[in-house]
Amino acid sequence: MAKRIEATNVSAYYGGFKAIENITLTVEPKTVTALIGPSGCGKSTFLRSINRMHEVLPGARVEGNLTIDNQDIYDRDVDVTAVRRMIGMVFQRPNPFPTMSIFENVVAGLRLNGVKKKSILEEAAERALRSANLWDEVKDRLGKPGAGLSGGQQQRLCIARTIAVEPQVVLMDEPCSALDPISTLAIEDLMFQLKDQFTIVIVTHNMQQAARVSDRTAFFSIEKTGDPGRLIEYDNTQKIFSNPSVKKTEDYITGRFG
Amino acid sequence: MGDTPQRSAHAGTGGITVATGHEWAAGASARVAETPGNPRTPVDNGMGGGGALPRARSFGAERAFRGLTLAAGTAVLVIIAAIAIFLIARAVPALRANTENFWTYEGWSPNEAQPKFGIGTLAFGTVLSSALALLIAVPVALGIALYLSHYAPRRLGTALGFLIDLLAAVPSVVFGLWGRDVFINPVRDFSAWLNEYFGWIPIFGGDGPFGRSIMLGSLVLAIMVLPIITSLSREVFLQTPTANEEAALALGATRWEMIRTAVLPYGRPGVIAAVMLGLGRALGETIALAMTLGITFGVSFNLIQNGGNTIAANIANAFGEANDTGRGALIASGLVLFTITLIVNITARVIIYRRREFTESAA
Repeated sequence: MAKRIEATNVSAYYGGFKAIENITLTVEPKTVTALIGPSGCGKSTFLRSINRMHEVLPGARVEGNLTIDNQDIYDRDVDVTAVRRMIGMVFQRPNPFPTMSIFENVVAGLRLNGVKKKSILEEAAERALRSANLWDEVKDRLGKPGAGLSGGQQQRLCIARTIAVEPQVVLMDEPCSALDPISTLAIEDLMFQLKDQFTIVIVTHNMQQAARVSDRTAFFSIEKTGDPGRLIEYDNTQKIFSNPSVKKTEDYITGRFG
Repeated sequence: MGDTPQRSAHAGTGGITVATGHEWAAGASARVAETPGNPRTPVDNGMGGGGALPRARSFGAERAFRGLTLAAGTAVLVIIAAIAIFLIARAVPALRANTENFWTYEGWSPNEAQPKFGIGTLAFGTVLSSALALLIAVPVALGIALYLSHYAPRRLGTALGFLIDLLAAVPSVVFGLWGRDVFINPVRDFSAWLNEYFGWIPIFGGDGPFGRSIMLGSLVLAIMVLPIITSLSREVFLQTPTANEEAALALGATRWEMIRTAVLPYGRPGVIAAVMLGLGRALGETIALAMTLGITFGVSFNLIQNGGNTIAANIANAFGEANDTGRGALIASGLVLFTITLIVNITARVIIYRRREFTESAA
């Protein structure tokens, strides 16, 4: 249920603009890896390269090698939709489908996979909502619109929707940046539980959050605007936050830069 | 005055710079302190700095504008009421003079000494031709709209969208002429072919002549409502939040599955509104149908034989030679058309309203 991600010399482009350059790192299964760095340093771009969401934008492309348990996900013969089913994604802003009920939102991915049987869908929805710590709050109103929930609940609904299809990896792109501290805490607790089952990669601007939730931390940075983002340092979270080996990392985490 | 500058020096973050003479760095408090005289004396400069609050103005642009909008809103109601009263007042005498049943009689001879006219065949033709036109136009329009919004390269999409909008600007009389003189030929051949091979289906039966039929009228009508539905649907589809589209894609949806999961449900109320606008145009379309239909009075589902008529086309054809009763009869038919349109609109509202819980949060 959890897989190793290996990136080798990954570069990503938006048309002619190179957003990240030669990123090489390995994400171990069943860990939480945090990507930190100043705005525009390409951490979200790298995250979106992992499940091939980067190429959704017109003119965007990725170079280099990205494997999940030694399977090249950019191989010509690989079905893009299969990659995205294996690697789920939670976005910065909660984005439940506005026209769907809470239940329909959770099972949307299963329906896309062709699951039709009501009993299977109901079981999967309950399991996903329980995993997302949302079941008790919504079990009596599964037929109500998902967009009627609070921001924090919506984000947990989106997490439930992502894990309902039982992916191997869950990517989170600043999942708490639109949430209040209490909802943020709920999602951080959730990450702790989820890493028993999934490999989690999270982009965050909040360094305390990175320090709290992650096992490994990757620090990205850019020289100046217009330059591609590079991986500066990648190590155990404790090492990065207590005794980083690169000066730039230290400057960033102590707030002297970025 | 003596200790005030000192206090302001501690107030801002730039205390030291104040002391060296850069008064702006410490913020406004430093400037107040340097004003000669007691800085706490309120200065009545009319900017709300101090003193008594100014009185509310009893008349101004605010009130004038409110009055203007109220008048505009009332005018709509007055105009609608005036039209309704006029229509009813003219229609009632003609309906009284009718010697046949207005709802069921198949024919339209209101100008004779014994006026005979019935709305049934006309209403039937109106609904049939409009429904057929929508049946043809809606799938095509939605296909075009989706292609323009989600498949075509952006530049091509914009150019094609502009062309579609241009199609909406063609006057209906031009469509009518084109349908009557040009489009009729392929339709006639196609009708004959349908009749030969599918004549056993009643709607394609009959012995001819073919051409000036419900099929020709509906096809021309379909082309006319196509740009309205396409244009509006495209706008609605383009408004789908990117976040929802990405959510679907990230779940492993293909392009078409993403459209089905995120775009179509989101656009549904807008598409319904677009279709209703198209239907409104189809129901009321006058001259194009007056030129392409066979103008007969009779209820028939046959689509390819010469024939067919609608309320609006009948008004256009018969108004010139109508006497008082004739005009009253035509106005009565106009009232019926108005009612049909109203029912269609209310139905659409109900459909949209029933999903409001979901669509409002989508907005």
